[in-house]
Amino acid sequence: MKSRYRINYSKNELMRYTSNLDVQKSWERTFRRARVPIAYSQGFHPQPKIQLACPLPLGFLSENEILDFVTEEKLVIPNLETQLAEKIPPGIQINEINEVELNQPSLQVQTRAAQYRMEFLNQLEFSKLSADINLLLRKDNIIRTRRGKTYDLRPLILDLVVFEEESLPKIRITLSALENATGRPEEILDELLIPFQSVRITREITLLK
Amino acid sequence: MENRSQFLNQLEQILPLVEKPGRYVGGEYNSIQKNWNSIETKIGLIFPDIYDIGLSNLGIQILYEKINQEFDLLAERAYAPWLDMEKLLKENNIPLFSLESKTPLSKFDILGFTLPYETLFTNTLNILNLAHIPIHSNERNENFPVIIAGGHATYNPEPMSAFIDAFLLGEGEDIILDFIHEFQKLKNKGVDKNTLLFSLSQIPGLYVPSLYKPIYQSDGTIEKIDRVDPLVPEIVTKRIVGKLPFIPKKFIVPSISVVHNRISIEIMRGCTRGCRFCHAGMVNRPVRERSVDEIVEGIQEAIDNTGFEEIALLSLSSSDYTNIGELLDKISERFVGQNLKVSLPSLRIESFSIDLMEKLKGARQGGFTLAPEAATDRMRNIINKPISDEQLLSTAREIFKRGWHTIKLYFMIGHPSETLEDVKAIANLCKQVLSEGHKAIGKRASVHAGVSTFVPKAHTPFQWVACDNPETIKMKQELLRNELKGPGLKFNWTDPKETMLESWLSRGDRRLSKVIEFAWEGGAKFDAWQDMHNHEIWMESFEKAGLNYEYYTNRTRFTDEIFPWDHISTGINKSYIFEEYQNSLNQKLRNDCREQCYACGIIQNFKDVRQINPGNSWMCPEVTLKSRKNEISLPN
Ligand code: SF4
Repeated sequence: MKSRYRINYSKNELMRYTSNLDVQKSWERTFRRARVPIAYSQGFHPQPKIQLACPLPLGFLSENEILDFVTEEKLVIPNLETQLAEKIPPGIQINEINEVELNQPSLQVQTRAAQYRMEFLNQLEFSKLSADINLLLRKDNIIRTRRGKTYDLRPLILDLVVFEEESLPKIRITLSALENATGRPEEILDELLIPFQSVRITREITLLK
Repeated sequence: MENRSQFLNQLEQILPLVEKPGRYVGGEYNSIQKNWNSIETKIGLIFPDIYDIGLSNLGIQILYEKINQEFDLLAERAYAPWLDMEKLLKENNIPLFSLESKTPLSKFDILGFTLPYETLFTNTLNILNLAHIPIHSNERNENFPVIIAGGHATYNPEPMSAFIDAFLLGEGEDIILDFIHEFQKLKNKGVDKNTLLFSLSQIPGLYVPSLYKPIYQSDGTIEKIDRVDPLVPEIVTKRIVGKLPFIPKKFIVPSISVVHNRISIEIMRGCTRGCRFCHAGMVNRPVRERSVDEIVEGIQEAIDNTGFEEIALLSLSSSDYTNIGELLDKISERFVGQNLKVSLPSLRIESFSIDLMEKLKGARQGGFTLAPEAATDRMRNIINKPISDEQLLSTAREIFKRGWHTIKLYFMIGHPSETLEDVKAIANLCKQVLSEGHKAIGKRASVHAGVSTFVPKAHTPFQWVACDNPETIKMKQELLRNELKGPGLKFNWTDPKETMLESWLSRGDRRLSKVIEFAWEGGAKFDAWQDMHNHEIWMESFEKAGLNYEYYTNRTRFTDEIFPWDHISTGINKSYIFEEYQNSLNQKLRNDCREQCYACGIIQNFKDVRQINPGNSWMCPEVTLKSRKNEISLPN
């Protein structure tokens, strides 16, 4: 009987520069190594039924990625966990596996928002950063263009705090991740005139509806 | 440690700025990282092109796994950084590092370069330089890593002799450990570099160029090759393994997509066909096959260990594998329904090949590839690849009828004594194949002609012949371009400049080291990349070195000429290669030596290896030497 499972996993330094497509490939290979009977689509180019919730931009780390996959048979979760444990690439850690209803809507549709942590790799004056952020948040609109379309970034920012840890400033931000209304952390950096390469961004939570 | 965390911080801020940063990250599934501080000898394995190309190199995979199996050794990898990364490394004064532990390459004991083709030579210099290691062998003392190289392009090691300390000739699987163990012994004794190299030269198959000195005649050819010491071997013969070594079980699975995302399994090594232009066919003798069961088990294990979706069965001539039908039956039986793709290269031009391809499900997607190489009987006799037009056409007809829409035909121009008529015949043959397609399946049929330019290679019967000059090549390509136009026809060719580069490097002597060095200084690198190749730099470098490139490319060699690589033996005797050259001049064919041994020298030079590996995994005759005891021993 076809069944659907949801894996919650972390993506660390070793997979930081693996694209969403390649992450999908890595999972496909992991399942093959672990001999998990993944279901494939019909047709001339059968594709494995593996689905990521919310694309993670290249160069981001994550503590909370969500992936659904469909198998040809029902599996016992503890067995699946041990089977996969030895076969996942070093760049991935599994946090949790659950079974979900087979006919749930796709994960992309279910994603609502995502929370990120931004860590600055170089010294940065905390008071200046907070002031800049306050200024930014006080705006009614932050109009930007992406791929030739203008949009307002401000309503996509659901929450934002600045704090200090080990004497380096950090930002925690929650951005909308709805279809057609997705905010990206690096756009905030751009507004703050901070070069993206000097910041380590980690997705902390992917929020489903 | 302060330095180290500073370096990692620097690296973290550089990577977002380059294209495909995943090339420099490492940590792939099946990659191995040992504890650096607890290992006696560290070896860096380097493929001098970008990660995307180098990762799937079978030779590196085999050596990586083999070396890391030893408790006191570690092997890590490095590839050529792409231009953007090179620039940032230089700007930030970061020496090139290994992928696994991110250790600067200069900290390794040994660095081994794989050189499968000549167009990687400039990259080799570039990598040494980026690693802050002097490029010249004689500028490096015992405090620098020993630089070694192997691979097909090193059967003529001379052009790279100024840069490489020692070449490992032939199949690396055994010699690598012999070499490393000897190195460890010498290192523990604390010997200097000269003593080290001299002692290493006593290992069979190991060539230390600095111990040889070619003497040139006034016309530029070689009078003789002197040795610095009579104890240095006069001839260095390549090493072979009697039995094909273990199939690598733990292929590294990249975390980013690379050129070949697949498992490669050699089903056999070597080729008995004796095509006279073919370097691989000569230098890889004798033919040794793996058993069907070994291959099938190997595939299973490799899938379980990697999860790859594609398997490439490698050989120089798949149709010649003795039990090819049985092998494919077993493969499709065992792996059907697992959404795997199996590819099979180099099939003979006959309808049986279609049966073979049909056993591999989904193979119809890519088109059917055939390599006639030449289109007239005269040419075919010269290159020793007999195949009749009728056979080609009937095979093509059958291919179209059985469901393929595209046939890819590989030819070469520039074979010795080729005329424009011979070239025109290529176009005609392609059109005839297409018209077979039209008859069978109508307008859907298409023919892709891939026409490369022949480059005479060392150790082949064509090592005496001249390479076509660029003008002639251009004229021949022009002719084909005009002829191979129209719906259903596609024509690909090689840039004549690239052919020239390959041509002087592959039959070059030691003096070319200077040219390579000047070219690299002038900015030449990634010569294997068509858009990167800079012909002008090379021309200037020849001039600067006081050499004439035509001497190397467009000159027919004297029949009694001493070649720069004559002290390197592939196991085939020069007299046999010369006989084959004469046969080509007389348009005389020679049969597949599976049918009958022509005593090319392999059996004579490797009789000991054959003797301890009897049976039919080798395609050469058995050796029975009753009176001989086991005489295999390493000198020293
Ligand atoms: S020794 Fe004989 S059978 Fe073996 S490769 Fe040479 S010619 Fe062929």
